[in-house]
Amino acid sequence: MFEQKNSIIAVKELTVGYGLKVVARNINLDLEPGILCGIVGVNGVGKSTLLRTLANFQPKLAGTIEIQNKLLEKHSPSELAQKLSVVLTEQPASKNLTVQELIALGRQPYTNWIGTLTSTDKEHIQKSMDAFLLEKLRHNKCHELSDGQLQRVLIARAMAQDTSLILLDEPTTHLDLYHKVQILKLLQQLAHQNEKTIIFTTHEIDLAIQLCDKILILDGDTNPFGDPCELIEQKHFERLFPSEMVQFDAKTGSFKVNK
Amino acid sequence: MRTPKSYRFSFVLILLALLLAWLLNISSGSVTIPFSATLSSLLGKPVDVASWQYIIWEYRIPKAFTAILVGGGLSLSGLLMQTLFRNPLAGPFVLGISSGASLGAALLLMGTSLLTGLTSIAFLSDISLAIAASVGSFLVLLVVMLVAQRIKDTMALLIIGLMFGSITSALVSVLAYFSSAESLQRFIFWSFGSVGDLTSGQVFLLAGIVLLGTLLSILSIKALNAFLLGENYALSLGVSLKKSRLLIIIATGLLAGGITAFAGPIAFVGLAVPHLTRQIFDTMEHRILIPAVFLYGAILMMLCDTLAQLPNTANVLPINAITSLVGAPVVIWLLVRKRKMMF
Repeated sequence: MFEQKNSIIAVKELTVGYGLKVVARNINLDLEPGILCGIVGVNGVGKSTLLRTLANFQPKLAGTIEIQNKLLEKHSPSELAQKLSVVLTEQPASKNLTVQELIALGRQPYTNWIGTLTSTDKEHIQKSMDAFLLEKLRHNKCHELSDGQLQRVLIARAMAQDTSLILLDEPTTHLDLYHKVQILKLLQQLAHQNEKTIIFTTHEIDLAIQLCDKILILDGDTNPFGDPCELIEQKHFERLFPSEMVQFDAKTGSFKVNK
Repeated sequence: MRTPKSYRFSFVLILLALLLAWLLNISSGSVTIPFSATLSSLLGKPVDVASWQYIIWEYRIPKAFTAILVGGGLSLSGLLMQTLFRNPLAGPFVLGISSGASLGAALLLMGTSLLTGLTSIAFLSDISLAIAASVGSFLVLLVVMLVAQRIKDTMALLIIGLMFGSITSALVSVLAYFSSAESLQRFIFWSFGSVGDLTSGQVFLLAGIVLLGTLLSILSIKALNAFLLGENYALSLGVSLKKSRLLIIIATGLLAGGITAFAGPIAFVGLAVPHLTRQIFDTMEHRILIPAVFLYGAILMMLCDTLAQLPNTANVLPINAITSLVGAPVVIWLLVRKRKMMF
């Protein structure tokens, strides 16, 4: 019996960059439904470029990207909008939107030509607001929110878009430790309870090790991908930073500064 | 906590205000006509003086209709630009689009007589003036759009718009220097702005242009709402960027260019009205903003025109001066009171 592979995103031998400038090459990953996957790596190694390529904001240079067993570039914009949603580092252009209005925009791929919300749309919006603890803030304007609250709103918008794949670019920057953990816990919950596959880039390697199901380490060479435990055993984290500055402690899964 | 309002009540109010402004507009003018006579003329009853009937139906009603088209259309074009350029200070005047239309009109009104040696420009049709002004505004809009793609800084965009304004007004001055007194006068009168000098053919043409621009705006509602998040988010929501952007630019060019062609360069309406509207309609949803901004602009334009008429005198002030006198303090007030203009 040949089993149909239940893959949400499959990336093979991918090279990303701008025009002739290659930023990262030899990237492979394959994710099933309900997986939380972190992308880690040093500054400038191409995490954001990879994410932008996966989101179809810029063309890939080589290799293949398949979303639910169909090549990324074969999707029409509206088809892709029902399979893939994004949370970017850029702020929304208008912060005069209320929380509810912003989340409702996530339903655009499903609404009619003038954007009328059906009862199904309203259910999705309500569920997303509940999941990200935004009920009390629903009529607040976005410029009234803290960074952590705004980040939750943007992720709730992606959830309302109801795609099997969600991409997030550094969702935890500018947040304190408590809010970092809160966002990542909510993402984990979203992945496991709602069967969403979530890919995010981050600098919080120790948090990613604790919370992610899979990790992709961008090191500009082999780009290892796998379970956090496997990657620790294979000593991939040790090679991430120069060892005279910081050292990886395999027992605790965290980095220590060399004194 | 803020609760969402139903805007039905606000729409009823604003429609009532529109009706009042309309009545006020057609009951005032250089000839004093009693309000009761105006009303009975509107209701089709006989009026004491036969010329009143003529003035109301042949002059004042077309003029009020033109004011509605001009005010509504310019305000709508301002709203489209603020969303498209993600800039609260964008508007047809600030971004140099009105200047582009002026240049187009100036080339037609003064340039053709220069080039061909013809002193009479009577044969120039209304349509050619509309086309010249629309093309002028459309070209400036395209250039500003191209620049906006490269420069993310919103302040730089406004400065570039101002520079375009300077360049076009310089070119207009050069044209004016070499053109005949007659065509220069024609251009000067055009640049004062007016909603009263249109022939019925021109009014119909203007109505067609404004209708087309409004229809294109309505078709762009979903894209406009998505642009509130920024272009990358809009793309991820399935909006086809090039198509939507082009549609919005064409709508803006038609509205701002077409209106400027017939009514002259009218300042501040496009910039100020979207902000004034948001004082009542506190939403970013374009399904509500588009009709609200159009109605608000129409009301403001009729009020400005009523002021420009200087009731009971034969004098008519340039409407461009009135809209500036009303609009500029509004923008300053919004900046000071709200600290930061939101869009």
